[in-house]
Amino acid sequence: MQVDIVKVAQLARIKLKDAEKVKLQKDLNSILDYVAQLNELDTKNVEPTSHVLNLENVYRKDDVKNWPIRDEVLKYAPLTADGKYFKVPKVIEGE
Amino acid sequence: MSLEKYEPVIGLEVHVQLQTKSKIFCSCSTKFGAEANTQTCPICLGLPGSLPVLNEQALYYGIKAGIALNCHIAERLKFDRKNYFYPDLPKAYQISQFDMPVAYRGWLMIETKDGNKKIGITRAHLEEDAGKLIHEGIKDASVVDYNRCGTPLLEIVSEPDLRTPEDAYEYLTTLKAILEYLEVSDCNMDEGSLRCDANVSIRLRGAEKFGTKAEIKNLNSFKAVAKSIQYEIERQAEVLESGERVIQETRLWNDEKGQTISMRSKEEAHDYRYFPEPDLVPFTISRQRVEEIRKTLPELPQAREERFLRDYKLSNYDAHVLVSDKKHADYFEQAIRAGADPKKVSNWLTSELFGLLNTRKETLDTCKVSAKALSGLIQLIDKQVISGKIAKEVLPIMVETGKDPETIVKEKGLVQVTDTKFLEDIAKKIIEVNPKSVADFKSGKTAAIGFLVGQMMKETKGKANPALANQILEQQLKKS
Amino acid sequence: MSKDLFRMTLKEAAGFLSSPENFSALHKSLTDRAGAVDAKVKAYTQLNHDGKDFLAKTPRNGKPLWGVPVSVKENICTHGWETTCSSKILKGYIPPYDATVIRKLRDQGAFLFAKCNMDEFAFGSSSETSAFHPTFNPWDLERVPGGSSGGSAACVAADEAICALGSDTGGSVRQPASLCGVVGMKPTYGRVSRFGLIAFGSSLDQIGPLTKNVEDNAILLGAIAGHDPLDSTSANVPVPDYTKSLVKDVKGLRIGLPKDYFISGIDPEVEAAVREAAKVYEQLGATIKEISLPHTKYGVAVYYVVATAEASSNLARFDGVQYGFRYPTDNLLDMYVETRDQGFGQEAKRRILLGTFVLSAGYYDAYYLRAQKVRTLIKQDFENAFKEVDVILCPTSPSTAFKVGEKMNDPLSMYLSDIYTISSNLAGVPALSVPCGFDSKGLPIGFQLMGKYFDEPTMYRAAYSYEQTMHWYERKPKL
Repeated sequence: MQVDIVKVAQLARIKLKDAEKVKLQKDLNSILDYVAQLNELDTKNVEPTSHVLNLENVYRKDDVKNWPIRDEVLKYAPLTADGKYFKVPKVIEGE
Repeated sequence: MSLEKYEPVIGLEVHVQLQTKSKIFCSCSTKFGAEANTQTCPICLGLPGSLPVLNEQALYYGIKAGIALNCHIAERLKFDRKNYFYPDLPKAYQISQFDMPVAYRGWLMIETKDGNKKIGITRAHLEEDAGKLIHEGIKDASVVDYNRCGTPLLEIVSEPDLRTPEDAYEYLTTLKAILEYLEVSDCNMDEGSLRCDANVSIRLRGAEKFGTKAEIKNLNSFKAVAKSIQYEIERQAEVLESGERVIQETRLWNDEKGQTISMRSKEEAHDYRYFPEPDLVPFTISRQRVEEIRKTLPELPQAREERFLRDYKLSNYDAHVLVSDKKHADYFEQAIRAGADPKKVSNWLTSELFGLLNTRKETLDTCKVSAKALSGLIQLIDKQVISGKIAKEVLPIMVETGKDPETIVKEKGLVQVTDTKFLEDIAKKIIEVNPKSVADFKSGKTAAIGFLVGQMMKETKGKANPALANQILEQQLKKS
Repeated sequence: MSKDLFRMTLKEAAGFLSSPENFSALHKSLTDRAGAVDAKVKAYTQLNHDGKDFLAKTPRNGKPLWGVPVSVKENICTHGWETTCSSKILKGYIPPYDATVIRKLRDQGAFLFAKCNMDEFAFGSSSETSAFHPTFNPWDLERVPGGSSGGSAACVAADEAICALGSDTGGSVRQPASLCGVVGMKPTYGRVSRFGLIAFGSSLDQIGPLTKNVEDNAILLGAIAGHDPLDSTSANVPVPDYTKSLVKDVKGLRIGLPKDYFISGIDPEVEAAVREAAKVYEQLGATIKEISLPHTKYGVAVYYVVATAEASSNLARFDGVQYGFRYPTDNLLDMYVETRDQGFGQEAKRRILLGTFVLSAGYYDAYYLRAQKVRTLIKQDFENAFKEVDVILCPTSPSTAFKVGEKMNDPLSMYLSDIYTISSNLAGVPALSVPCGFDSKGLPIGFQLMGKYFDEPTMYRAAYSYEQTMHWYERKPKL
């Protein structure tokens, strides 16, 4: 397996230094080579497991409950505005 | 340039906010307009460690809408994560439904000038809304308000069955009416509870293969949808005519300029890496439950329109206009229940009351005239208490003050004059001062009586009963 | 009063804590102990010195765990107290809410004593990937305590804690428990609420207790287990009184020994200790049966696809927008890529990238979907085995504690050290590590008991019976 580390890093929004790219690409390739042993198994008629317990239909009622945390969260936020917003670098719509 | 040789192919993706009290995965209020970030909690802020739990009402609304849109309702459904980075998406994934939506393969019927047309619904799925980015008035930065984050959305995707901007407009009007009738969404476009993206392509007439589509975003009204589609059809035709190819892209509608503008986005970066949401369990919907919900569906617009035609003998146009807004149709029927004649209610409502509200930039929601009051006004005419002309003077006062028509008529002394003796005296006076018209009448020009009746109405400030005035005048003319 | 209050078990502490004075004495004793040994062990990231505040806010009122100091892994949210997952990216993050397990402990009067170091975001088996500092094994300070709950295991082993909470995604409670010679439980998936546990692999994660003995473990699990309406995956199954299972009686208990676990790569001393434990059980009246879990060898491969896929999504939220570290810039894309480059350590990046890859277009079916299918086969292995036996006995880790740095440059060999613990996470069954002796270097060895869904009582009974026969817990590391 050859992973396109640049593309994957882009998707994951992680900037990698060049040396890191080489190392991580090598690591990922060898892990994926190890994972390839799963191909030994015939899984054609096997259902995938996403949940180990057979739980179903877990809901909550449509009741409003306030959990006022805004000021506490904003207090520790990296950047805020007007005491009520989170502030981020300018977003150009469609970017 | 001839557009005739091209056939437009249009599909719409509509996002509606479901009108649950609390958000889809947490208990925060969904109320619009609260101060920024006050309707948030660890769950909708996506704080580390928080987990979602599905609001059962959101699923119920999804099923209800699915049934009304003639969809199959999933027996088993799950939620998936759609992964992408954006500051309005606090978990950097949206909980949505990928391959097992709540409803799929349905249709709705739209009325076009060429008759009824069935438009396929590909799917309707539940997901959470994102927060709101605000750019205006902030230098070199954007700010985020997460109040909207986690509001339940139903995304309804149509088949590419629409062919004209008018089709698209009609589809949206019809869809909106259905959702309002179901009371699953208030469909308020100004507050963003209904949003729409359009996929538009064109192909040579007769061609089987679809052309390359552009996705249009930032559509703030149904009119903008129609206009942007028209613009896009022309733009794409121009591109093809010049020998170039249409590129698949997302374009933003600029309402002021009346143009779509390419977002030049890096399309290749879109890889949402959907996978089943491990924090939510699967859901099953029994067929019995679907049937139970089906039984509770209200009368939908199309059925109501047919009933209006049948029971109230309205014109096609009036019936369509009235039912396309549930509030209008409800008001109409309340007025009828209060005793007024359906056709008259329809006329007074659509031509008089709506006209007045329009000039005042009001809607039925803010209107001070109750259906009962409008009905009362119409009945005053029927009982000959006032004339239609007077009624048209009374209605604006009702709109202005909210007083009932009887009170206004009494206060302003507008009660119709039916006192025979009084009218005879006036008739005599009119005959006396208008010898020429009297002569005309007697020489066979019967039309002259119209003028004389008019004079009587003027004399009584419009309060004379016109039919009675006419009758008395004729009697007096014969005597004179 | 003995000056060795810090050596108390949870049970003893709960009995001792009858007054604010006794609380202060125990708190001081533990604080002093941490002061004396933690410079060497480095199990802790933060200590709670504010016993006065606790006493002011927590009236005793018959609360069963009143004053009991609990040490908590850095990935469990504590309201008002920094919770970092031992990562730079969460430096300064102070949760505005308590995890459900913390709320339950506070409701029962417990005192949050310390935060425990861990592998960054629980990515590791040695506690070396912490952004703060590595933690060391109290039995040999040149060796790792295991991971990722290395701090939680080491603090209990070093008697600088009464008990601790860890989290277990692929062995992160049991493997360090084994390497440090303490008792560590990964409960049935859904037994303990995950609300407030900063997620690694959502379909695998469970919070579990690390304690000095089996009895304490049963008490602490009882205190944190139960249905939570805030966690959709939490099971609505009644919580039994686990302390009722603490009887020395395994007569007739059917114990399975999976032949697939005794394969090449296992340290002979570990194998011998576990086989010896089987003999003890036989002498106590249990029957030992060889069983097979044939898909065991695929566990690590399945795990590193499923867990990293979930992790890549779970860790996407650490983007600098709302909390924690943000790289200062006025460019949006730079904010993302630089924050995540500088905020995450090497192993976190490796797993995020691997998880991103296995979910990406064109690879989902070949990796993620296939792994989820093989996961089904692994789950079926357990279902079949539990038709024949009541519990499964096997090693917790293929080796005793390894040297610091030994496996840091070879991720795959590090991953393979979880080979015995991973399957129970993939299947969701409960698993418990219990000390079962020492190797020739004097390092602790642990065995693992795996049980049926929600059958923690049987596991506690089996563990207690062995423990009360062998008394390994009497031996303590010299610090």
